[in-house]
Amino acid sequence: MLSQESLRQIDREIAKYPPGRRQSAIMSALRIAQVEKGWLPKEVIEFVADYLGMPPIAAYEVATFYNMYDLRPVGRHKITVCTNLPCALSGGVYAAEYLKKKLGIDFDETTPDGKFTLKEGECMGACGDAPVLLHNNHRMCGFMTTEKIDQLLAELERQ
Amino acid sequence: MSAHALILAGAGGERAWRLQDYAARGGYAALRRIIAGKTPPEAIIAELKTSGLRGRGGAGFPTGLKWSFMPYAFPGDKYLVCNSDEGEPGTFKDRDILRCNPHAVIEGMIIGAWVMGCTRGYNYIHGEIFEIYQRFEEALEEARAAGLLGRNILGSDFSFELFAHHGYGAYICGEETALLESLEGKKGQPRFKPPFPASYGLYGKPTTINNTETFASVPFILGMGGEAFLNLGKPNNGGTKIFSISGHVRHPGNYELNLGTPFPELLAMAGGMRAGRKLKAVIPGGSSAPVLPANIIMDCTLDFDAISKAGSMLGSGAVIVMDETTCMVRALERLSYFYHEESCGQCTPCREGTGWLYRVVRRIERGLGKPDDLDLLRSVAGNISGRTICALGDAAAGPVQSFIKHFADEFAYHIENKKCLVPPLVQEAGSQIYM
Repeated sequence: MLSQESLRQIDREIAKYPPGRRQSAIMSALRIAQVEKGWLPKEVIEFVADYLGMPPIAAYEVATFYNMYDLRPVGRHKITVCTNLPCALSGGVYAAEYLKKKLGIDFDETTPDGKFTLKEGECMGACGDAPVLLHNNHRMCGFMTTEKIDQLLAELERQ
Repeated sequence: MSAHALILAGAGGERAWRLQDYAARGGYAALRRIIAGKTPPEAIIAELKTSGLRGRGGAGFPTGLKWSFMPYAFPGDKYLVCNSDEGEPGTFKDRDILRCNPHAVIEGMIIGAWVMGCTRGYNYIHGEIFEIYQRFEEALEEARAAGLLGRNILGSDFSFELFAHHGYGAYICGEETALLESLEGKKGQPRFKPPFPASYGLYGKPTTINNTETFASVPFILGMGGEAFLNLGKPNNGGTKIFSISGHVRHPGNYELNLGTPFPELLAMAGGMRAGRKLKAVIPGGSSAPVLPANIIMDCTLDFDAISKAGSMLGSGAVIVMDETTCMVRALERLSYFYHEESCGQCTPCREGTGWLYRVVRRIERGLGKPDDLDLLRSVAGNISGRTICALGDAAAGPVQSFIKHFADEFAYHIENKKCLVPPLVQEAGSQIYM
């Protein structure tokens, strides 16, 4: 179900917790699985639960509670824009509108070619760099003026 | 960053976060002295009490006192947890601490473990800052390689393991017991207190949780002495504090200042108001802190007691600045949406109440408000406050109550005239950056 590399990474996470506390690694394990698969299908969540020796329902609870897990397929590039108050005061809403126009999609939609998904995000803890967006959960981009958004999209388009 | 920078001292260069750079700035000297001299835990707690260090995560609880609650002689595992799950709108200091000075946090945690007899620690890092999580992992590796973490630290019989735990998007996990649940691999729903974490924490063992900045302050306090640290600030409000300033200012960012610095000084350091506009209101301590109008905040000094006296709270030191182009109804709508989205759903007053608050504020903003909507908002907010397991309910009610209190006219105008007092085009112009 998961690659040897992903399992190696998950094992490294498990080792951080005391013996008998493998469940503590569920958040990292789901993240690692999501990076490999692009999103988290039911079978993958169940596999991870089984790997950690926890009931599948407890793994679903985690997967549905934390909002960076994707329980439905997303585009190759998921872009999450913060529109919370500090960002909104410094162009966050404008950046989101610009992205919508440029990609031709609304929040929670994916472009027809499957390349981009747009999401509205809550505070990312980087309000001083507003407007802020997150690429595929792990790369944060700050001071996103329209020019920088253009550059980012062009870069991702080439990948 | 500022003339007083201790914690943000590594902000100067891209490599300044590394162990050798931290050591060159005097890092790990406090820890080496403690271990070599076998400093008794009580002496360190006394020093922290003298320093006036209060928790930097929002609640402002005295750190020395908190550390004294841990049952030192308790047999078996005890845990130390750093709360770097920074997700309160306006707050972005822990990210910068971990980016430019992660070893200050690590040293503070090792000292904490020494004082409280903890065997194992975790730093819970906010989900959205994966790159910072990776850096912290690297810093941990450096510390392990240098014999500062793990078994027999610096050749002594003291051992302490420290690991990083990565969150994945849940504001509620900044609440300490929700964070513990999350560390145990569950959804982050706060626990009922008591029992408090010092007696029943991670995996049911005694646990102490402090904020990133709190831990990072500890080596500096022990380096300069509690008295000197206290004197940087003012009585009961010792030391420096990092202020994250965002919104309508020219240079948003983190500024480390002595506690008790007048607010206008911080505003000036941030370059003043963007495009020279007029200050309207400030949320001084993260989105959960009550908003203060310009005339009140301009007279405040930035410390726990002064901000509290002015009717708000210093919280995490997140200062959200709003100028005259801000529609307060719209600003509140965005905050109310946040709390509605982030309520964990455990307590009915919060789960249902935050939805009510958001929907009523939204309808006022959209010109569909009813004459008794302000009373309705006050009533719903009042019915959430104090009726939930954790503070998120109060955090959701606080902005609503304070926005209505200080800007009642603007809300009334919205309801009567079905539009903003501030024209939409003016609002849009105000939110533009790089003018």
